[in-house]
Amino acid sequence: MRGITKRFGDLVANDHIDITVEPGEVHALLGENGAGKSTLMNQLYGLLQPDEGEILVDGEKKVFRSPRDAIAAGIGMVHQHFMLVPVFTVAENIALGAEEVRGGPLGWLDRRRSRRDVLETSKRYGLPVDPDALVENLPVGAQQRVEIVKALTRDVDLLILDEPTAVLTPQETDELLAVMRSLAETGKSIVFITHKLREVKAIADRITVIRRGRTVGTTSPDTSTDELAALMVGRDVSLEVTKTPADPGREVLEVSGLIVEDDRGVRVVDGVDLAVRSGEVLGIAGVQGNGQTELVEAIMGLRESRAGSVVLEGQNLAGRTTKQVLRAGVGYVPEDRSLDGVVKDFTVAENLVLDLYDRAPFGNRFSLNPKAIDESARERVDQFDIRTSSPHSTVGTLSGGNQQKVVVAREMSRPLKLLIASQPTRGVDVGSIEFIHNQIIHERDVGTAVLVVSSELDEVVGLADRIAVMYRGRILAVVSPDMPREEIGLLMAGVVTQEAEDTE
Amino acid sequence: MTTEAPEKQPAKKEEQEESFVKLFLHNLWSANTVVVTILSIFLALLIGAVLIVISDSEVLATFSYFTSRPSDALTASWDLISQAYADLFKGAIFDPAAVQAWFDGSGDWKTALNPLSETLTYAAPLVFTGLSVAIAFRGGLFNIGGQGQAVIGCVTAGVAGFAIGLPAGLHLVVALAAGLIGGALWGFLPGLLKARTGAHEVITTIMLNYTATLFLGWLILQNGVQDPDRTDAVSKTIESTAGLPALPQPLRVHLGIVLAVLVTAGVAWLVNRSSFGFELRAVGVNPPAARTAGMSVGRTYIKLMVVAGALAGLGGAVQVLGTADRLTGQVAGNIGFDGLLVALLGRNKPWGTLFAAILYGGLRAGGNLMQVDVGVSLELVTVLQALIVIFIAAPALVKAIFQLRDARTARLGTSMAKGW
Repeated sequence: MRGITKRFGDLVANDHIDITVEPGEVHALLGENGAGKSTLMNQLYGLLQPDEGEILVDGEKKVFRSPRDAIAAGIGMVHQHFMLVPVFTVAENIALGAEEVRGGPLGWLDRRRSRRDVLETSKRYGLPVDPDALVENLPVGAQQRVEIVKALTRDVDLLILDEPTAVLTPQETDELLAVMRSLAETGKSIVFITHKLREVKAIADRITVIRRGRTVGTTSPDTSTDELAALMVGRDVSLEVTKTPADPGREVLEVSGLIVEDDRGVRVVDGVDLAVRSGEVLGIAGVQGNGQTELVEAIMGLRESRAGSVVLEGQNLAGRTTKQVLRAGVGYVPEDRSLDGVVKDFTVAENLVLDLYDRAPFGNRFSLNPKAIDESARERVDQFDIRTSSPHSTVGTLSGGNQQKVVVAREMSRPLKLLIASQPTRGVDVGSIEFIHNQIIHERDVGTAVLVVSSELDEVVGLADRIAVMYRGRILAVVSPDMPREEIGLLMAGVVTQEAEDTE
Repeated sequence: MTTEAPEKQPAKKEEQEESFVKLFLHNLWSANTVVVTILSIFLALLIGAVLIVISDSEVLATFSYFTSRPSDALTASWDLISQAYADLFKGAIFDPAAVQAWFDGSGDWKTALNPLSETLTYAAPLVFTGLSVAIAFRGGLFNIGGQGQAVIGCVTAGVAGFAIGLPAGLHLVVALAAGLIGGALWGFLPGLLKARTGAHEVITTIMLNYTATLFLGWLILQNGVQDPDRTDAVSKTIESTAGLPALPQPLRVHLGIVLAVLVTAGVAWLVNRSSFGFELRAVGVNPPAARTAGMSVGRTYIKLMVVAGALAGLGGAVQVLGTADRLTGQVAGNIGFDGLLVALLGRNKPWGTLFAAILYGGLRAGGNLMQVDVGVSLELVTVLQALIVIFIAAPALVKAIFQLRDARTARLGTSMAKGW
C-alpha cells in the first residue's frame, strides 16, 4: 500500500501511509484505539476506498470496490466483531457468500460439499472446527476459528486479523498465535492488528506503529515493550502499575456459600466464599466464563442467587435491588461497557449521572437539575481526563478508552465502601489503561475495598494485593501476586496440584 | 489566500465569515431531519399533483391529443393542480378573499378565521394521541394502542359528561380527568403485562384496541347511555357544563388546542427535564445499562404506558367534549392510528409532534374544501399523508433524490472527539 490517505469530513484518518507485507510474514499493525489501523485495513479489504494512494498486490495495481474484489485478489479479513450468523451451522456460515449450488442457478445448496471443504481446510491448517455445530453454541475462540477457516476456504494469500485477541482467553490467545505461526510457515502473509504489546513481541516478524493516522515507524520485535508503547502513545508510559503495599483494614465485603445459576439454569457460581478488606485490591483471575460474571451480577443485585449471603459492612445485600446496592456505597464498573456501562445516545454529562440522576444535587424524585449536572460533568471531564469536545457530546462519539473513563469517573465520584471493576481496561488504549489503573489504586489508597475481575492475568497481577483464582464456579485458591505466573496460569486451568487434571 | 503578511489578517477574517456561510449552506443541504421532512412534503405534493390529474377525466381527455396540441393538456393540468392546492391552502390556513372582505368590512372575522379554526379542531386530539405514541417510543415501547386508549378516554369522559351533574368548569375538569384516567387504565394493562410477563406491547395493545371499540359499541346501546329519543347507536348528549369552551359558531375551534399546547410543553419537560424522563430515555435506548445503573426497567415500562395511555385518553376526551358532544360508534374516528403517523412525522419529539398534528389537521381541513370545490376526493389527502409518511420513513430515498450529504459528516465537531 502506497501513500494511502483517507479522510472522513475534516478528519484525516490515514495520512499517506505506506506499508509492505512480504509473503509468509506476520506483520503487526500496532496503534492505539482510533489510530487508524482498522480504517487502513478496511481499505485493503475493499470496505472503504482510499482518497489518495494505491494498493499493489504482487506488484500489480488494484482497485477494490468491495470485499469481493479483495477476496478475488487473495485478501481475507477476520473482523473484530465476528460476521457470523448465530443460528447457522459452521459449514453454512462458511459457505455463506460463496454457496456451492447443485442443479443450475435455481438448484439446491450443496451442503455435503461445503461440509467437506470445511473439514479439509480445518485439517490442512490444524484449526479444529465442527462443521455441524451451531455457531451460537460455540465459545468465542471457536467462533474465531470459524472466521479464520472461512477466510482460508476462499484461498487467500493475505489474512487480516483485526484485534483478534481482544475477546480471547489467555489459552485461546496462545492457540491463535500458534495457528498464525503455522499459517505463516505455509507461506501465507498475516496482518495482525492489535494494541497488545506482549502478543506483538511474541509473534510478529515486523511491526508497523501507527499514531493519529501516520506511520511513526517500522521496527522489529526486538524493540522493548516500553519503547513500543512510547511509539504508540507518543510519550513515555509506564506499563507497570506503581503502588505502595496495601494497608488492609476491616472486612468490607463478605461473600459466603454463594450459589448462582445462569440464564439456562446451570449452576455457574458454586459455593463461593470471599472477603474483601478495606484498603486492598482483591483480584479475581480466571478464564472468562468460569462464573466471574455471574458472581459480580449476584453481588450487584442484577441476578438472583440460589443460596448464600453477601454482606457489606454488616448489611445483608442479598435480595436487594441494584439501586439499593449502589446506594449502600458500592461502585460498579461493568464488564461490557457498551452494553451495560454507558448509554451511547446519551451525552457525557448524562452518562456521568446515570445512577445519581434522582439524588441531590443532580435532581430529586421529580426533576433533574441540569445546571448541577453540567457543572459536575465539567469537573469530572477535567479530573478524569475524558477527551471529548464537550460534555454534551454523545458518549458514542468517544473512543473506547474515554467511554471507560466516563464509567470510572461516574462510579468513583461518590463516596464508596466497595468498588467492583469487571474487565476495567478491556478494549481500552494503553494511555487510558495507565490512567484507569492509577485511579483504581487511588481508590484503594483512600480506604475503599476493591474487587477487580479480569481475564487478563497481567492486569490482575499488576493491580491485586491478593488474587483469588476462579475455576468452574469455585474459588480454587487465594494466592499472592508474587506467585509465578505459570502457577497462577495452571490454577486458572483448574490444576491445583502437580498432577494434571482433564482440562480444555 | 494571499501570502503577504499585512493582508493576511483581513483575508483570514473574510475566510472565516465565508466558511460560516458555507457551513450554514452545507448544513442546510445536508440530510438533517427538518430538511428531509420539508422535502418529503414537497415530494408528496408532487406525486399528489400527478394523481390529481389522473383522477380527473376531463383533464385526462386533453392528454389524448397531447401531441397535436400539448398546450391544452398542460394548461388544463396546471389549472386543476393549482386550484386544488390553492384550495388546500385556503381551507387549511386562510382565504385571501375572505381576509380582504373582513378588512373591507364586507365580511366578518369568523369567515376569515374559519380555515384555521378547522385545522386546529382536527389537530387537537391528534396532538394528544401523537404525544402518546411519541413518549412511549422514546422509552422503547411501540404503543399501537393509542386508538383503544383514546376510545376508552372518549367513553369515560363522555359518560362523566352526561351522567353526572356538576357546575360548569368543575364538570369539565372532572370529565377530562375521567378521560385521562380511563386511558391510563387502558395503558396500564399492557404495561403491566410487559413488565411482569414480557408480553409484547404491540400484540397486547392491538388486542385492547378491539376490546375498547367493541366495548364502546356495546355500551352506547345500554339503557341510561343510549339517547332515549333515538333508536340508533347514539348516546345522550353531553351536558354543556362539561363541554370545552369554543369560539362562537360557526367556528369550531375549542379550548382543546390550548390544552394540547400546554400538554406538549408538559411532555417536553417530562421527557427532557424530569427524573422519570431520564429513566425512560435510558431504558428506551439501552435497557441493560439502565438496569445496571439501578433503574427498574419493568417499573419504567408500567409508568410509561400509564402516561402514554393517559395522553391518548385525554385526546379521546378532547374529541368528545370539544367536537363530538356525544358518543357514537365512530366517535374516536381514527385519531389513535393517525397519532402513530403524527408521532413519526414529528420524529417522536414533543414539539415536532405538535407541529405534525397541526399539519395533519391542515391537510384534513384543506382536503374538505378541495373536495367541495374542485371535486378532488378527500381520499387524496389520505394518499398525501401516506406519501409524506413513506418519504419520512425512507430518508435514504429523499437523500438520493435530492443528492443530500450525509448529516453525519456535516455535523462538525462530534467526530473530532473520536480522535483518530
